[in-house]
Amino acid sequence: MQYGLTEEQEMIVSTVRSFVENEIYPHEDLVERTGEVPAEIAAEIKRKTIDLGFYACNFPESVGCAGLSHLEFALVERELGRGSMALNHFFGRPQNILMACQGEQIERYLMPAVRGDRMDALAMTEPGAGSDVRGMKCSARRDGGDWVVNGTKHFISGAEHADFVIVFVATGEDDTPKGPKKRITCFLVDRGHPGFTIRDGYKSVSHRGYKNMILEFDDCRLPDAQVLGEVDGGFEVMNTWLYATRITVATMCVGRARRVFDYALDYAATREQFGQKIGKFQGVSFQIADMITEIDAADLLTLAAADRLDKGLPANREIASAKLYASEMLARVTDAAIQVHGGMGLMDDYPLERFWRDARVERIWDGTSEIQRHIISRDLLRALGA
Amino acid sequence: MKVLVPVKRVIDYNVKVRVKADGSGVDLANVKMSMNPFDEIAIEEAIRLKEAGKAEEVIAVSIGVKQAQETLRTALAMGADRAILVVASDDVHQDIEPLAVAKILAAVVKEEQPGLVLCGKQAIDNDMNATGQMLSALLGWSQATFASEVGVEGDHAVVTREVDGGLQTIKVKMPTIISVDLRLNEPRYASLPNIMKAKKKPLDEKTAADYGVDVTPRLSVVKTTEPAARAAGIKVGSVDELVSKLKEAGLV
Ligand SMILES: Cc1cc2nc3c(=O)[nH]c(=O)nc-3n(C[C@H](O)[C@H](O)[C@H](O)COP(=O)(O)OP(=O)(O)OC[C@H]3O[C@@H](n4cnc5c(N)ncnc54)[C@H](O)[C@@H]3O)c2cc1C
Ligand SMILES: Cc1cc2nc3c(=O)[nH]c(=O)nc-3n(C[C@H](O)[C@H](O)[C@H](O)COP(=O)(O)OP(=O)(O)OC[C@H]3O[C@@H](n4cnc5c(N)ncnc54)[C@H](O)[C@@H]3O)c2cc1C
Repeated sequence: MQYGLTEEQEMIVSTVRSFVENEIYPHEDLVERTGEVPAEIAAEIKRKTIDLGFYACNFPESVGCAGLSHLEFALVERELGRGSMALNHFFGRPQNILMACQGEQIERYLMPAVRGDRMDALAMTEPGAGSDVRGMKCSARRDGGDWVVNGTKHFISGAEHADFVIVFVATGEDDTPKGPKKRITCFLVDRGHPGFTIRDGYKSVSHRGYKNMILEFDDCRLPDAQVLGEVDGGFEVMNTWLYATRITVATMCVGRARRVFDYALDYAATREQFGQKIGKFQGVSFQIADMITEIDAADLLTLAAADRLDKGLPANREIASAKLYASEMLARVTDAAIQVHGGMGLMDDYPLERFWRDARVERIWDGTSEIQRHIISRDLLRALGA
Repeated sequence: MKVLVPVKRVIDYNVKVRVKADGSGVDLANVKMSMNPFDEIAIEEAIRLKEAGKAEEVIAVSIGVKQAQETLRTALAMGADRAILVVASDDVHQDIEPLAVAKILAAVVKEEQPGLVLCGKQAIDNDMNATGQMLSALLGWSQATFASEVGVEGDHAVVTREVDGGLQTIKVKMPTIISVDLRLNEPRYASLPNIMKAKKKPLDEKTAADYGVDVTPRLSVVKTTEPAARAAGIKVGSVDELVSKLKEAGLV
């Protein structure tokens, strides 16, 4: 790894940081109180992001975007991680799986998505199939030349704003020595398509205003033109394109942890008890030391994983380690920040209780901590026959 | 017309400034540095003049330590066309005083022949508010300070100035020096395409000696102290409570 950021990368960081501080922070309390992002605010964030050339900056120059490297994109996401996810959803970063679009899908889905004209959501999880993606029940059967889809997806982030969804569906089953194994196909489905409904999901303790929705498919008829990638090739597109999304979780955790840390550091340096700054007590100062050490470690682990992707090196284990460590680090850091603040840390006069709640989901979505540990350990042990 | 914009690298306005233990100045070690906010406004105004077809080229110039190159890159990423770095010190704690800066700028002006110098009214580190005025005297050019509105019309500029108790509009002959105030405009963010382009834009490096200017400090800092701490505020629940608290404090 080449250590250190280039001047451009430093500027990307400082621009996105100022954007988040000036365009996202001021609306956070409103979103937190109401659980909604007003449409005008969403539209304004989107417009400014497009004007700045940051919209869909994870997409290549061949489709008119910035073509940032994985490392650079991780830096963008890290700074966005400081701000509300509900709001920075409109600092659009469409799913890069859309690069698998072919033929007329390019003009119908890929280009409108990167231009900010249409928004997407990605649906894998079902009530009965979370970590075990392949256990999905949502299925499609052939009828004439079409597919007829039935089933339910839940926990689908951003689907309330989506003009179309990218959905994974079982399209058959193979017998293998280990038992039956589902074949999966990825489809593009437009909002409002007959047989497809998007309805409110559950209320989450994390990231108020960043909703999760339930998708229902009831004899939803789709032609082959809606297949993203190949029929039965859902796992291939998933593995090719969704591999890197865990870096996003990791790097956002780092950004948020730095924001939280600044509160804790400031409080330790100003709050007085027993006639002195509480930062003078080792019980407090050592917590500060542990926090920053873990944040820096998570930052480097994450950027190193992104750098491996840029170099075309295998990175599955490294990405899993980054996601695991950064999300668990954020839980410890938000908890410690509250501890340093004493009773005030719990009160909603400070945003710390929010950061602490928001941190909780990071160890669950995009693969739970257990699944990341599974990936890491299998990567090492499988090679040794264990 | 060329527009010359001097930009200074200063301690970031968000940083909580700490006075050095010996009182000799402010601690700059490991502190985030950024472009002086008033200079950002000057750069923004220059770019707007260019976008409006009133200027052909925007040149940013910074005088100080080598690291001021980052500040110039920011100016280039905002949209300046090229940059000149004048290295005048290798010690981040040495401030180049307004007279030395004005002398170097005067030399740059002679070389570049801009029609307009747009500068911040002051730098937020030392709040000198002197460089633009000194430059005007050295060049014998007109000046308009504290601009909250700038209009360039042929051989003159119309500038609205923020003065005590109101606004004053004056007309000055070009070439001129305009120092900008806070309300002139809202500087843009550097766009991603411009960030990527910034590296390719020319950045010339010079030294103070190239211009024959002696930057040895003429001022000496006697003492630097923290501002007096303000007592924490309180929250009141109602107007009645506010009134009674004010009475308690003997303020009404
Ligand atoms: C707010 C939110 C937004 C989401 N957004 C999306 C979205 O946009 N699109 C989408 O498709 N999904 C989304 N998800 C789903 C998310 O990816 C899943 O929640 C996650 O994969 C875990 O699945 P599960 O919740 O069903 O838990 P389960 O898989 O049921 O896991 C329950 C527990 O069992 C453990 N466990 C399961 N299998 C193993 C194993 N083999 N070894 C050890 N432990 C195991 C898990 O670690 C966990 O602790 C979202 C989830 C949330 C909470
Ligand atoms: C929901 C709630 C209900 C409450 N109810 C009541 C009530 O009914 N009556 C009442 O009187 N109080 C009540 N309290 C106050 C509670 O007892 C205090 O919050 C608690 O004692 C901590 O004080 P503090 O919040 O001011 O934190 P601080 O004392 O300011 O502590 C801040 C941080 O500094 C650390 N610290 C402080 N001194 C030292 C030291 N010497 N060495 C090492 N670390 C140190 C603390 O451990 C903490 O991490 C309540 C608090 C809450 C949150």
